[in-house]
Amino acid sequence: MRRFELVLPRSIDDCLKILAERAGQAKVVAGGTDLLPQMKNGLLKPPCVVDLSGVGALRALERANGHGLRIGASVTARALELDPHVRSTFPALAESGALVGSVQVRNLATVGGNLCNAAPSADMAPPLLALDAEAVIAGVKGSRRVPLASFFVGVRRTVLAPEEMLVELSVPALGPHSGGQYLRHTPRRELDIAVVGVASQLTLTDGVCGKARIALASVAPTPVRALAAEQALIGQPITPALIERAAELAVDAARPISDQRGSVDYRRHLVRVLTRRTLTTALERARHGTRGE
Amino acid sequence: MAKQILRASVNDEPIEVLVQPYETLLDALRERLGLTGPKEGCGTGDCGACTVHLDGQPVASCLVLAMQARDRSVRTIEGLAAGTLHPLQDAFVRHGVPQCGFCIPGVLMAAAALLDSNARPSEEEIRYGIAGNLCRCTGYTKMITAITEAAASMQEGARR
Repeated sequence: MRRFELVLPRSIDDCLKILAERAGQAKVVAGGTDLLPQMKNGLLKPPCVVDLSGVGALRALERANGHGLRIGASVTARALELDPHVRSTFPALAESGALVGSVQVRNLATVGGNLCNAAPSADMAPPLLALDAEAVIAGVKGSRRVPLASFFVGVRRTVLAPEEMLVELSVPALGPHSGGQYLRHTPRRELDIAVVGVASQLTLTDGVCGKARIALASVAPTPVRALAAEQALIGQPITPALIERAAELAVDAARPISDQRGSVDYRRHLVRVLTRRTLTTALERARHGTRGE
Repeated sequence: MAKQILRASVNDEPIEVLVQPYETLLDALRERLGLTGPKEGCGTGDCGACTVHLDGQPVASCLVLAMQARDRSVRTIEGLAAGTLHPLQDAFVRHGVPQCGFCIPGVLMAAAALLDSNARPSEEEIRYGIAGNLCRCTGYTKMITAITEAAASMQEGARR
């Protein structure tokens, strides 16, 4: 690895001071599972690295007012995978955490790192998009909240300015009768990268679809929502035929490329299949659980 | 670039050692502390040969900066069992699991972490528990047999 200076702050304020002083020359490291490989292969050569492992405030994972969720940026994939409240109320998020890397990687990899690395295939992005999460971003001049849907601006690019850092993901409370699921397709379950990932989240109101969210990974430069597919569901009783129609519409939201993991046609096919499957499970979970009580 | 002082607990001993800011935990363990059990296979977290426990949880030590282990507890294969063989090591020996042996310290640390959280894992749970560890000799079948047997013998030991 290229040499760098390592700074070990203990608070968010200290992090922000360093980021402001180093004006674009510093890189924040949380779990390191994306950053270190990129530094080892020379893709990134930051002169200064700011380690977040001493900032305990970033590891908080707790119920917010009204039983939404506050997820500190340094919460690990493993913590999301195992947390009882996340598993029962936000299962799509727990499922995405469980799919990252291997257990050795999940114990390091963080939700903030997964989002800030901004790979089109980021597994934790689709469920958080489907849950209407907001990114809480801190800077020396104060903090701002950005809907996650506006957080990604391109492949490996986010709205974060060099002197800013992601500190928390804020997930609003779900209504009763809400359910979600995240599925991805990979040749191998562990240590693989999504050919396509789909998260669906449904809320039922008086037997019809009150709210629908469908988010896709690995089919565009950034994780994206399938807005037309969501619209087709809202206000309707959800039937297998309607799910099929939404799955068809979700394909139109995908702008995939062909690469070593899959062709355009294969990815479009996977969007249809995984949207259908996740909507079916989301519906079942919405009917049977009273999620977000 | 100035070295930094790493203070941590390694295999239940307090350590204090100077490390480079850009040094990984794996390199510090191997090069500074002489603990060559953890191996560097890929260096990118894909192979699991560098698996150690950090505060009791298995991690890829090639992806951890040495200084990120400050004030934390690290356990390597050398500290898995004090002065004896861990039931997992014993079962690996009896079943002749190691072939070239390079992956074995990492597999044992992953398996030990699995049994810490799940004393009687199913075969599928064992397979997923060591899914982050690659064995290029492809000796997985014997690993699974040995881990199953070690889990049973640890339960038996706990009952006695």
